[in-house]
Amino acid sequence: MSAPVLELSGLSKRFGAVQANADVDLSLGRGEVLALLGENGAGKTTLMNMLFGHYLPDAGHIRVDDGQGLRDLPLGHPQAALSAGIGMVHQHFTLAENLSALDNILLGVGSLLSRRKRGGAARAHVEDVMARSGLQVALDTRVSRLTVGERQRVEILKALVRNTRILVLDEPTAVLTPQEADSLFANLHQLAVDGLSVIFISHKLREVLAFSDRIAVLRHGRKVGEIATAEADERRIARLMVGAEAPQVERAPMDPGAPVLELSGIRCEAASARDRLSDVSLTVHAREIVGIAGVSGNGQAALAAVISGLRAPDAGEIRVGGALPARHTPAALIRAGVGRIPEDRHHDGVVGSMSVAENLILERLDGPDVQRRGFLRRRQIDAAAIAAVEEFDIRGPGPDAPVRLLSGGNMQKMILARVFRAAPKLILANQPTRGLDLGAAAEVGRRLVAACGDGAGVLLISEDLDELIALSDRILVMVDGRLTEAPRRDRTEIGLMMAGAAA
Amino acid sequence: MIRIEPRPPVSGTVRLVLPLAAALAALALTAVPLLFAGAPVFTAYGLMLKGVAGSLFAFTETLTRATPLIFTGLAAAVAFRARLWNIGAEGQLYLGALACVWIGTGMIDAPALVLVPLVLLAGALAGAVGMIGPAWLRTRFGADEVVTTLLLNFIILIFVQMMLEGALKDPMGLGWPQSEPVLDAAMLPPLIDRMRLHWGFPLALVMAVLVHLLMSRTVWGFRIRAVGENAAAARHAGLPVTRVLLSVAALSGALAGLAGVSEVAGLKGYLTADLSPGFGYAGIVVAMLAGLSPLGVVVAAVYIAAVFVGADSMSRELGVSSYLADLTVALSLICVLLGGFFARYRIVRVPTVDAGQG
Repeated sequence: MSAPVLELSGLSKRFGAVQANADVDLSLGRGEVLALLGENGAGKTTLMNMLFGHYLPDAGHIRVDDGQGLRDLPLGHPQAALSAGIGMVHQHFTLAENLSALDNILLGVGSLLSRRKRGGAARAHVEDVMARSGLQVALDTRVSRLTVGERQRVEILKALVRNTRILVLDEPTAVLTPQEADSLFANLHQLAVDGLSVIFISHKLREVLAFSDRIAVLRHGRKVGEIATAEADERRIARLMVGAEAPQVERAPMDPGAPVLELSGIRCEAASARDRLSDVSLTVHAREIVGIAGVSGNGQAALAAVISGLRAPDAGEIRVGGALPARHTPAALIRAGVGRIPEDRHHDGVVGSMSVAENLILERLDGPDVQRRGFLRRRQIDAAAIAAVEEFDIRGPGPDAPVRLLSGGNMQKMILARVFRAAPKLILANQPTRGLDLGAAAEVGRRLVAACGDGAGVLLISEDLDELIALSDRILVMVDGRLTEAPRRDRTEIGLMMAGAAA
Repeated sequence: MIRIEPRPPVSGTVRLVLPLAAALAALALTAVPLLFAGAPVFTAYGLMLKGVAGSLFAFTETLTRATPLIFTGLAAAVAFRARLWNIGAEGQLYLGALACVWIGTGMIDAPALVLVPLVLLAGALAGAVGMIGPAWLRTRFGADEVVTTLLLNFIILIFVQMMLEGALKDPMGLGWPQSEPVLDAAMLPPLIDRMRLHWGFPLALVMAVLVHLLMSRTVWGFRIRAVGENAAAARHAGLPVTRVLLSVAALSGALAGLAGVSEVAGLKGYLTADLSPGFGYAGIVVAMLAGLSPLGVVVAAVYIAAVFVGADSMSRELGVSSYLADLTVALSLICVLLGGFFARYRIVRVPTVDAGQG
């Protein structure tokens, strides 16, 4: 490693009872690409927020090279971090959609009222940065017309034009196709050769192994390991992350049974592509897992909304277990035997301030074991909750505690308990492992396979291609509201289909 | 430089003590304007206490004042629980009062056992109708119920004035815009001889207990809470969100309507356009002070009533403006909100540096 440009030493941060970071040391060399790995809640984001001045550390120092050696960075001041040459690209973009790419890049640089921004030196500077980095964007196009990959380039350029010497990227590939991700890393590599130091946060072991120089792993807020990527392999990193061997989901093919979900000619009209479906037909059989691959925003949300009953299609027919549901509402589809694991569990899956026990009965308030003549049968509800907590290993303060106090993985287990205890014919699992750590994600996969073995059909919508390939019997690719069956479960081929290259 | 950071959840005891501490803090802060008004502070507090609970009469007056506040406080609490912002309890109160005098001034002649439940029912129904309208507009067209219910208050009040000048005007009223007196058989009798406290107060207590049981023990209450806390998840789970909102609207309006019946049939005996000095709006403060808890509403309503009654009697004796009561109520609300804030966040100091370096 060359001379360090950044040194974090002894950083600690506590939020109440939670030790988010404890005594973390980290250093970054000039031109180095460092991958920061860790399960959800391991403290990666807190650490970066302290580096960026959003949080004030309880203890520790940050030192940054200012050209004449390492200097202490004043803590808790984002402006100081910016002027020390630290740039951050957040997972969720912070762009003004109605401004051009150039305006977005220059926003906040120099005077707001400068009229020369569009033409003169500033534009030349941006073009120079684009040429050096290889990150090409049509500067005069409005951001609302750019693709996700292009928007991300705008975000990175925004950081680079401020003479950033240390770039932090928070899960940069979460919204990209595999090909877009590869080209992003190629650009980052070029920048690193020119002297930029990069820290990127990721969950995906494959890209971490392929594109970093060094890997630092956080667990429970502490740095538990640091290895040169050349000496690392997947098993070793996974073991560092979870503190044990990463569990693998065993998947033996089963004999598919009768169709449990039949969509024919489903069409949804909408202004934006993410809500549009064009002539979607699809059959899921019992004891079968069908995967839907695709870059986010290609109609998966609309498909999930139709199958959940939240949205009635403009044309087409949906059958559950061979029968048309009485009405196209969530309640009717639940009754017809559809179990739903929603994409955004905080928004659609749970009522955060209500207890675990209450959330477990949310979808079946009419059940005779839940209510009698309109009154809740508390004893039965509590007993069922205790049993569910036991069976699904939902860890937290207990069945009476508000669901919002549970971790993401345990919240998802709560939703699984609700879905599986209703013995559904079809399980719609929309991004079921998003934001979960390896252990919890493997648990979700195991449960889905087990439910499948019990005779349910599973429709698995995911952006994680590795997960789809590991779990699915068949994979269909969704592009622009259309479904196409993938001939093989092959990474590269499906990746190309996702990008719309092959049909 | 200071910054605000979240703090770990506080215990249940703290959450119970917090509003009480806030109420005491508000009362203590009232000393500042008292000093400015040149009043002897300790004497003033003594007189306030005497006005609130110095005698049986004073105490029953406080409870009489609390009665409509319990009803309107409950109306706000149930609606707010479902995130339905009913600011129209004032108007619904007048609708209830209007229904009460319409039925109760001679349209039907029946024994008290029939007539009293009848006017209560009519008032509740009228209030319910007054809130279902705005709630329907919200669920159907997305019309903001804060605006519609607030504006309806004025429409309803003007409608009441119109009725008091016309169809409902008392021919024996010497030209005053007031309704005919309610029949004796329709009146809520006094609770204690020679005191103004009437059966509306125990009725309000019963309603508070019923609403508490409804919210905590029934499927209906469960649905109301779920829809209020996360409507998207409730819809996803197949709950009938629109129906729940309309039913909450009806319940909330009915409770406010009962406040009107209780004031007319329990206290005044006839309807005038100044029946309520803003009980509907004060109900919102009561509900917020109570943290939307139905049983807490009773405590908060008695507190607010005590502030009004106490400040009133103190100001009469010392010659201090009785606006002091409004000030204390406002201070209480601010103290409770601040208390809630500091239960969730803490303030951390950051040493100031020159940010322009590097």
